[in-house]
Amino acid sequence: MADSLNAYLYVGAILFALGMLGVLVRRSLIVVLLSMELMLQGVNLTMGAFGVFNEDMGGYMLTLASLTIAASESVVGLAILVVVSRKARELYTDRMDGMKW
Amino acid sequence: MIEHPWLIPLAPLLAFAINGLLGPRYLKKATGVIGSAGILAAFLLTVWLWAEGEYGEATLFEWLASGSLAINIGFLVDELTVVMLLVVTGVSFLVHVYSIGYMAHDGSFARFFAWLPLFVFSMVMLVMANNFLSLFVFWELVGVCSYLLIGFWHDRESANNAAMKAFLVNRVGDFGFAIAIFMIFWNFRTLEYGAVFAQVGQADPETVLVIALLLFVGAMGKSAQFPLHIWLPDAMEGPTPVSALIHAATMVTAGVYMVARMAPIFEVHTTALLVVGGVGAFTALFAATIAVVQTDIKRVLAYSTVSQLGLMFLALGAGVYTAAIFHLATHAFFKALLFLGSGSVIHAMHDEQEMTRYGGLRRKLKWTYGTFLVGGLALSAIFPLAGFWSKDEILAGAFMRGASLDGDGLFIVFWALGLAASLLTAFYTFRMVIMTFHGDPRDAELHERAHESPAVMVAPLALLAVLAMGAGAVLGFPPEHGLIHDFLHHAPGILHFELTGNQTIIAISLAVISTAVALLGALGAYMIYSRGAPRAESIGQFVPGMHSLLYRKYHIDEIVNYGIVATTKVLGFILWAIDAKIVDGIANLIGWTVRALGGAARQVQTGQVQNYVFLMALGAVVSVGALMIFR
Repeated sequence: MADSLNAYLYVGAILFALGMLGVLVRRSLIVVLLSMELMLQGVNLTMGAFGVFNEDMGGYMLTLASLTIAASESVVGLAILVVVSRKARELYTDRMDGMKW
Repeated sequence: MIEHPWLIPLAPLLAFAINGLLGPRYLKKATGVIGSAGILAAFLLTVWLWAEGEYGEATLFEWLASGSLAINIGFLVDELTVVMLLVVTGVSFLVHVYSIGYMAHDGSFARFFAWLPLFVFSMVMLVMANNFLSLFVFWELVGVCSYLLIGFWHDRESANNAAMKAFLVNRVGDFGFAIAIFMIFWNFRTLEYGAVFAQVGQADPETVLVIALLLFVGAMGKSAQFPLHIWLPDAMEGPTPVSALIHAATMVTAGVYMVARMAPIFEVHTTALLVVGGVGAFTALFAATIAVVQTDIKRVLAYSTVSQLGLMFLALGAGVYTAAIFHLATHAFFKALLFLGSGSVIHAMHDEQEMTRYGGLRRKLKWTYGTFLVGGLALSAIFPLAGFWSKDEILAGAFMRGASLDGDGLFIVFWALGLAASLLTAFYTFRMVIMTFHGDPRDAELHERAHESPAVMVAPLALLAVLAMGAGAVLGFPPEHGLIHDFLHHAPGILHFELTGNQTIIAISLAVISTAVALLGALGAYMIYSRGAPRAESIGQFVPGMHSLLYRKYHIDEIVNYGIVATTKVLGFILWAIDAKIVDGIANLIGWTVRALGGAARQVQTGQVQNYVFLMALGAVVSVGALMIFR
C-alpha cells in the first residue's frame, strides 16, 4: 500500500505540471483558465492522497476548502474574462500588454 | 514748516503719481500744468522754509530696525540743504514750464511729465537725506530717473544705448559709493550723518581716507568726472529739457553736493582733498579741450558741463566749499539757460543739432539769441555776470590754498589747469555763439523755415537770463562776504576760507588775470570764427592729428569699448561656456544615466501575463530548489 501513495503523488504532480504548461504556453484565455483548474486538481489530488494514507482528516478538510475556493475563483476569473472579451473583442494573452510601464 | 519738511518732496511725488496714473488716459496735456504746479509748490515751500530760518533734523518714520541698527527716513535741513533745494526746485520749475512748449507735439507728453517730477522728487529727497542709506537709495533713484528720461524716445536705438551707458557708468561709481557706506557702518556702527561726523576725528585716518576716496568714486560717477565722464555727453539723446535738468539741477550736482556734505570725512586726510582737487582740475581742462572742436551744439554744452563740474571739485578739494556751492548755483542758472536756449534753436531748426548747418540766426531768434548770449557770457565768466563771481572765487581759492604755508603746492598747478580751462571755456562758448547766431546762414533752406519759439518757452529763458546776469553779483558780492557766504557760514561741517588784508591785492589781481584770460579766449574765437584770420584749419595743421584726437574725445569711448567692454564680454562668454558645458553637463549626465538605467530595467516589464507567471514559477522553483539543496 505504501507504493501506491507514490503513484497518487506522481499523478498529482503530472496533472500540476501539465496545467502549468498550459498556463504558460496557451494563448487562449479560456484554455489558460482551464489549465489553472487542472493545476488545482493536481494539488487537490495530492492533498487527498496524503489525507487517506496518513489517516488525517486535515487532508480531506483542506481539499474541500480548496475545491470551494477554486469554484469561487473560476467564477471571478470567468467574469473578468467576459468583461475583457466585451472590451477587447478577443481573448488572446499575447495581445494584452497594457500593463507594461 | 521745519516740523513738516516732508511736504517739500511730497508735492513733486504727488504730481508724479497723478500724472503717472491718470495722465496718459485722462489728463493728457493737463499733465504739464500739474507737473509744473507740483514743482512750483515745492519751490514755494522751500522759500517758506528759508524765510522762517529754522533748521534742524526731523524723523518721518522708522524704516528698518534690526538689533542695534535703526534706519529712519529722516530729513536734515540746514543752510546747505536750503541752497540746494532752492536751486533744484527753482531751476526745475522753469524747465518744466519750458517743457510744456518744447514737448507739445510729442506723443508721450504725459509720460514725460510723469518722469520729470519723479526725477525732481528723487533729487529733493537726496538733498534732504540725513543718513547714508537714504542718501544712497535716492542717489540710485536719481540714476533710474535719468535712465528713463535719457531713453525717453525708446524707439531710437541710440537713445536706448545712451540710457544704458549712463546707467552702467553710474553703477561703477555707485559700486565705490556702496563700499564706502559698508565701511562707514563697519567702523562707526551708525549711518546717521551727525553720529558719523562726530566719530571720524577719533578713527584711524587711513581708514577714513579710504572711505573718502570711495565716496569720491561715487561722486565721480554721478558728476561725470574723468574717467567716468563718458556717459554725460551721450545723455544728449534725451529730450533737451531733460539735458537741461540733468546738467543744471537734478543729477550731476548730486556728486558735488555729496562731497560738500561729507566735508568732515574728506578733511580728515589732506590726500583726499588733493585727489578731489586734482581730478577736478584735470577734468576741467580735459573736457574743455574736447569741447573746442565738437560741432554738435548740445555736445559742446555737455563737455562744458563736465569741465565746470571739474572746477567745482577743484573748489571742494581746495576747501572752499562755499565757492563750490556758489558755482553750482550760478552754473545751474546759466547752464539751464544755455541748454534751454539750444533747445529753442534746435526746435527752430527742425531738430538739427549740427552747428555747421546753423549761422546767422540772431535776426530770426531775437529772444533766444539775447538770452543765449547772456548765458554764454556768464559761462565764460565775463565780469559782472554770474559765472565770473563764482569761478573767480574757485580759482582764487585754489591759488591761495597752493600758496599758503600749510597748503599743498600742487594746488598752484591745479589753479593753472583751471585757468587754462577758463581760457578754453570762453573760446568754445563764443565759437558756439558765433557759429550759431552770427555770420551767414550755412543752410539757407533750414534758415528760411526757422521761427522763434512760443512764449511758454521764451519766458523761462528770460527769467534764467536775469538770474544768470544778476545772481552772481547779488549773492557773491563782496567776494567771500556776500549773501551766500554769510548764509552758508552757519552750515555745520564746512571749512571757511578767510581773506586777510594783504591777500586782497592778490585776490584782485587773480580776478583781473582770469577776466583777461576769458576775454582772450573770447577774442580768439571772434578772430577765428568771425574774421576767419587765422583760419581754424590752418591752426589745426600745427599739430597733425590733434583735431581728430580731440574730435574723437581722446578715444576714451573706444578704449572703454575695446578695453573694458570687450574684455567683460569675453569673460562673460567664458563663464557662460563653463556654465553651459560643464555645470549643465554634469546635471545632464546624471539625468542621462538614470534614463539609461531605467530603459534597461523596463525591458523586463513586457505586459505579457504569461511572462510574469513564468518568472514567478521560475522563482518558486529556484528558491525551493535552493532550499532543498543547501538545507
